[in-house]
Amino acid sequence: MASLWEYANPVKFMKVSGWLMPVTAVIAGAMIVVGLIWGFFFTPDDFRQGSTVKIIFLHVPSALMAINAWAMMFIASLIWLIRRHHVSALAAKAAGPIGATMTMIALFTGAVWGQPMWGTWWVWDPRLTSFLILFLFYIGYIALWSAIEDPDTAADLTSVLCLVGSVFAVLSRYAAIFWNQGLHQGASLSMAPGTRMDWSYKGPLYICMIGFVFLFLALVLAGTRTEIRNRRIKALMIRERATA
Amino acid sequence: MMPDLGAYATEIILAYSLSLTAIAVMILWIWARSRRVKRDLAALETRMNRKPHG
Repeated sequence: MASLWEYANPVKFMKVSGWLMPVTAVIAGAMIVVGLIWGFFFTPDDFRQGSTVKIIFLHVPSALMAINAWAMMFIASLIWLIRRHHVSALAAKAAGPIGATMTMIALFTGAVWGQPMWGTWWVWDPRLTSFLILFLFYIGYIALWSAIEDPDTAADLTSVLCLVGSVFAVLSRYAAIFWNQGLHQGASLSMAPGTRMDWSYKGPLYICMIGFVFLFLALVLAGTRTEIRNRRIKALMIRERATA
Repeated sequence: MMPDLGAYATEIILAYSLSLTAIAVMILWIWARSRRVKRDLAALETRMNRKPHG
């Protein structure tokens, strides 16, 4: 069996991602379309939340990806810091804007959902606040990549920032449990007894969640391919200047 | 075909339209950047291959 580290080779990565990216994009598109159409048009109103329950099909998958995008960046950053594989640093860089967009969607849909249910757009609740801080970490991460000219130094510093920000990614996930206060509920989906969600909601929700995971994968692969090409452009320009 | 969203129609339509717009903008941005970088790399490689080595 081929070692996982083989894919840290940019040539190998470009070859594999060349066919993997369209496959994941098609799966993502199909699952998101099916999940959202099912969720929006064919789910009944909730007995407490009415039709606003339909927002769950965007809110939960985007929040899931907001946290897991950072988890992926955390692992990629660790690989860069320990093994110095450029592809892992570039994959983390590519994931930044996607994670930021997902966090923004989670915050926005949460506010729009919260207004009719809680009577307020925003409250300094532990989960909401930690999510906002996570969003600011995403913005800082993207800005840091743009601010530093040398790519290796940028990868080093953004990796350290990513490790620090991971605290807030964990807090975003478990804030409702850690503090046991605030307006935001605990996990929507749980194996614990007593936490039941009807399959008429669970079905489209699971499909949307899987669709968002595949969307993230497709976009990270596409973004990483761009970053690898961008890096090659810089290397060729340096070579061109040296031979001029 | 449109489900009856009742009193919360504005919130639901707002959540869906802005979220899907954000996702579409993100996909278009990644796609456009990918095309631009790919084109720039191809142009640079062509230019370098035309130059005599030495």
